[in-house]
Amino acid sequence: MAKVIVYPPTSMILSDLVERMGHKALVVSESVRKLATANDIQSPPLNVTPEEPKKGLRYAAVDVPSGVRGRMALIGPLIEEAEAAIVVEDPGWLTGCAGCNRTNELVRLLIRTKGVPLLDLAYPTDDAEARVFVQKIKTFLEALK
Amino acid sequence: MIRIAQLSCGAEYSGIQKEIERAADTVGAKIVYPEVSLDDILNVENKFGVKVASGDLNLAMARAVRIVENPDLADAVIVMTCFRCAEAAIIRSEIRKFIHEHSKIPVLSYSFTERTTAETLLTRMEALVTTVKFRGLLAREKQKGLTAGIDSGSTTTKSVIMRDNEVIGTGWVPTNEVLKSAEDAFEAALKMAGVKKEEVQAVGVTGYGRFLVGKHINAKLIQEEITVNSKGAVFLADAQKGAATVIDIGGMDNKAISVQDGIPGGFTMGGICAGASGRFLELTAKRLGVDITELGKLALKGDYHNVAMNSYCIVFGTQSLVNSLALGCKPEDVAMAACHSVAEQVYEQQLQEVEVKEPVIMVGGTALVEGLPKAMEELLQLKVRVPKYAQYIGAVGAALLVSGLLEG
Repeated sequence: MAKVIVYPPTSMILSDLVERMGHKALVVSESVRKLATANDIQSPPLNVTPEEPKKGLRYAAVDVPSGVRGRMALIGPLIEEAEAAIVVEDPGWLTGCAGCNRTNELVRLLIRTKGVPLLDLAYPTDDAEARVFVQKIKTFLEALK
Repeated sequence: MIRIAQLSCGAEYSGIQKEIERAADTVGAKIVYPEVSLDDILNVENKFGVKVASGDLNLAMARAVRIVENPDLADAVIVMTCFRCAEAAIIRSEIRKFIHEHSKIPVLSYSFTERTTAETLLTRMEALVTTVKFRGLLAREKQKGLTAGIDSGSTTTKSVIMRDNEVIGTGWVPTNEVLKSAEDAFEAALKMAGVKKEEVQAVGVTGYGRFLVGKHINAKLIQEEITVNSKGAVFLADAQKGAATVIDIGGMDNKAISVQDGIPGGFTMGGICAGASGRFLELTAKRLGVDITELGKLALKGDYHNVAMNSYCIVFGTQSLVNSLALGCKPEDVAMAACHSVAEQVYEQQLQEVEVKEPVIMVGGTALVEGLPKAMEELLQLKVRVPKYAQYIGAVGAALLVSGLLEG
């Protein structure tokens, strides 16, 4: 079983495909769940506190907006943990989105420069492309076993 | 309960959402999030005029469209995005303009960091709520009866006594001990007016120390300085009808307020850098060995182009001035360079966030440093009006507004 990060890092579709193939999907919802189910809810709704943007300094400099650093505090550790990655280009907002495109750019950069096995895909636009899309992901994930 | 619609990007990930809600709660408001459909977001360009790469900004624009189309959804709007994000800065400004142009809902725009607290937002939220809640009171144009106003500022405390629409007494002292300074300024104003404290029908208090002072003297009105100052400014500048822009460069922070019929429509309040405050002018005067009251006249004889200002920072900016003097620059050029530096910062960082409409009224003690309004005129390419009693603007506004409460 490999730990696979997906991009967009909020994509439930990609995370589901990874889990179905017996791997562990690294997605933001997991990081949010850990924060939001902590005993001490200080900052609803996500329980992100001003400490998170400071933790995000590990991935982005202090002159990077706090919203980017706060998001990176959730996504950055997932990238560090990743043993493989699936990146979908131009996925559209329905597939998942960090809400901030500067974060999206930084996440893609850090995934690509990590040096783990990487599957680059274009977002399918019709049924035939969708079948190829799923097949490529399946083949990639099988090769990780 | 006043409903403030929050249109933002990054607030929840910066860890400040709780602070926004706490500030709203303190001023008796609640934060609301207008519902939008996915189609509203996907088609935002059709109605707003643009869509951008960041999803949360598109959501904010879609919410702005929804509010404009359904003004009953919110009483006021706060637009908040991350400090230092260019994409967000453009959209934040455009959302503010969009709501301003298409509705009468007051808008506050703010760029935050993870260090933004409820206290930072409090005065801004209070002003936003006041413009909604006390619209009738803010529409008051004449002072009636015998009332007093006290402006407990960060640097100085000012007081005025007004009778039947005229200022009859003024008091001005440096702020040391907040309560004592307020009492001293009040006493001075009473003495000049020739009236006794017991004769004053009502007192209004504004400024940083308003809560402490207001409670101590049992004030009838305790109000933040944005609405009070804008009211005082348009009253003294005789610009109560129509549009106006009020610029108040204070000892510790600055306010740029876009006013319509005496009521603030949009405003910004800066308080991050002392280099854009009256404090910088005080330091410059001290270094030049002149009284602050003489700095402005000296500046009028100078040319800022002759001085190389390398920084807006109060420390490094002063260093630039000192270096210039060492290189043989004239004191008048240095004085004007300081005025230009403060005016330029306010122009670049705050006046871009409000609609600058004439007349432009400069108020506060710094408006009396003649070089500063002149520098602002050069930057805006507009005539700047400095009304009589410009340094007492908050106290005048408080005395005017509190007289409206006398009628029950």
